[in-house]
Amino acid sequence: MSEAVPQELATATPLARVLGQDWNELPHDLYIPPDALEIFLDAFEGPLDLLLWLIRRNNINVLDIPMADLTRQYVEYVELMHKRSLELAAEYLVMAAMLIEIKSRMLLPRPDKAEEGDEHDPRAELVRRLLEYEQMKLAARNLDAVPQLGRDFQMVTVFLDQLAVKRLPQVSTDDLIAAWTDIFKRAKMNTHHKIGRQELSVREHMSRVLKALQERGRALFTELFPVEAGRPELVVTFLALLELTRERLIDLTQTEPFAPIHASLAHVDQ
Amino acid sequence: MSINNLEDVKKVLETVLLSATLPLKLGELRRVFEEELHSDFLRIALEELRQEWQHRGVELVQVAEGWRFQTRAEFQVYLDRLNPEKPPKYSRAVLETLSIIAYRQPVTRGDIEEIRGVAVNSQIIRTLEDRGWIEVVAHKEVPGRPALFATTKQFLSDLNLRALSELPTLPEMGKETLFADFPVESE
Repeated sequence: MSEAVPQELATATPLARVLGQDWNELPHDLYIPPDALEIFLDAFEGPLDLLLWLIRRNNINVLDIPMADLTRQYVEYVELMHKRSLELAAEYLVMAAMLIEIKSRMLLPRPDKAEEGDEHDPRAELVRRLLEYEQMKLAARNLDAVPQLGRDFQMVTVFLDQLAVKRLPQVSTDDLIAAWTDIFKRAKMNTHHKIGRQELSVREHMSRVLKALQERGRALFTELFPVEAGRPELVVTFLALLELTRERLIDLTQTEPFAPIHASLAHVDQ
Repeated sequence: MSINNLEDVKKVLETVLLSATLPLKLGELRRVFEEELHSDFLRIALEELRQEWQHRGVELVQVAEGWRFQTRAEFQVYLDRLNPEKPPKYSRAVLETLSIIAYRQPVTRGDIEEIRGVAVNSQIIRTLEDRGWIEVVAHKEVPGRPALFATTKQFLSDLNLRALSELPTLPEMGKETLFADFPVESE
C-alpha cells in the first residue's frame, strides 16, 4: 500500500497526491464550513460521532485523510468553539492529536517480520473505539424503539374513591416471620418444580450483590446467595462474585482456612 | 366467592390488579388470599386472565416488578388525542448514556465518557436518575471513588421487560461494516 504524500511535500501544481492520484481540489465534504458550526454542534455527539459520520458519508478510509489540512480545520473550529464551550474544544483537539499520532506512526518504517509477533497496528485502538461507539449508538436507537410506559402505553388503574389515598404498610415482626416462612416454603417447592429456561445476566447479579453490600456493608459470603431461587441463580451469583472480585469492587476475606468467608465493598485504606 | 373456584380467584385478581397503581408481585397477590393459595395455582389463574384480556385494548403483562394491566401500544394514538401534550423525547446523549449503562453495567462516568468520547453532562445522569431508571450501586475503589451506575427494576418494567436478558440484543459489529474497503494488511 502506498502512503499518502504529506501535504507539506506536495509543492508542485497539484494540491496533493493521494494514493498516486493528483488532487486539485480539497474534498469539501470532509470539512464543516465554519458558519455551519451551530448546526454541527447540535448534530454531533463529539469527535467520535463526527469521525463516524465522515467515514459513513464519504466512504473514506479514515486514515488516509490529509492530516495537515484536517488539523488546520480542527484548530479553526476549536477557536470558534472556544467562545462557547471549552470542554468540547478539548475533546476535538484530543481527537485531532490522536489522528496525527496514528498517521505519523504509520509513516515510520515497520519492524522486521521476526518481531511482528505482537506488533500493534496503530489504527487498532481507534477502530475499536469507533466500533464500540457505533454499537452503542445503534443500541440506543434500538432501545428507544422499545415501547415505553407513559409514551407508548399506559398503566391502567380504575378510579377508587377514598381508597386511592396511599396508606403506609404496617409491618409487625409476626409478618416478617410469616414472610420468611413463606419464602422458606417456596424454596422447598421450587426444588421440586421445573421452571422453564431462564436466561440470567451476570451483570444484573453483580449489581444486585453490590446493592446488597451497600445496604449491609459486610455480609457472609453464603448470605449473598438467593437460596430460594434455584441452582442456575446460585451459579450466576457465584460468577458475579468472581467478576466483582476480579474488578476489585468487593473484597473477600477469610481469617483462617475453613473459617467463614466475608464479603464487603472494596476499601480504600491505603 | 370461594377461593377454591378458579373463576372467583380470577375475578379477585382482576379487581386487585386493575385497582393497583404499581405492578404487583406474586407474593403480594398471594397475600390477597391470605397465603392460602399455592403460587402455581395463582400462576395458572393469571395466565388464564391474561388470555381472556388478549383481544381487548388493555392487556395483562408480567414485568420486572410484577403483574400489571396496561393499555396496548396500538391504542396510544387514541389516548394521545385526549391528552395532546406529547411526552418530551430524550436526546441522543441521554439515550446513548442509558444504553451504555444498560448493556455495560455497572459502569462509572469515566467508562461512559470513554465509549462516547465526550464528557458526560451531570444533567444527563440526573435526568435518568429522576426517571428512576438508573441508580448508584457502589463506588469504584480507585482514586476519586467514582460512582458505579446500574439500571433499576423500574427501568425494566417501564420497557415491558422482566430481566436484563430481554433487552434487544446488541448489534453485531464487524470491521467490515465500518471499513468495507479497508486494506487488510499482513496479519
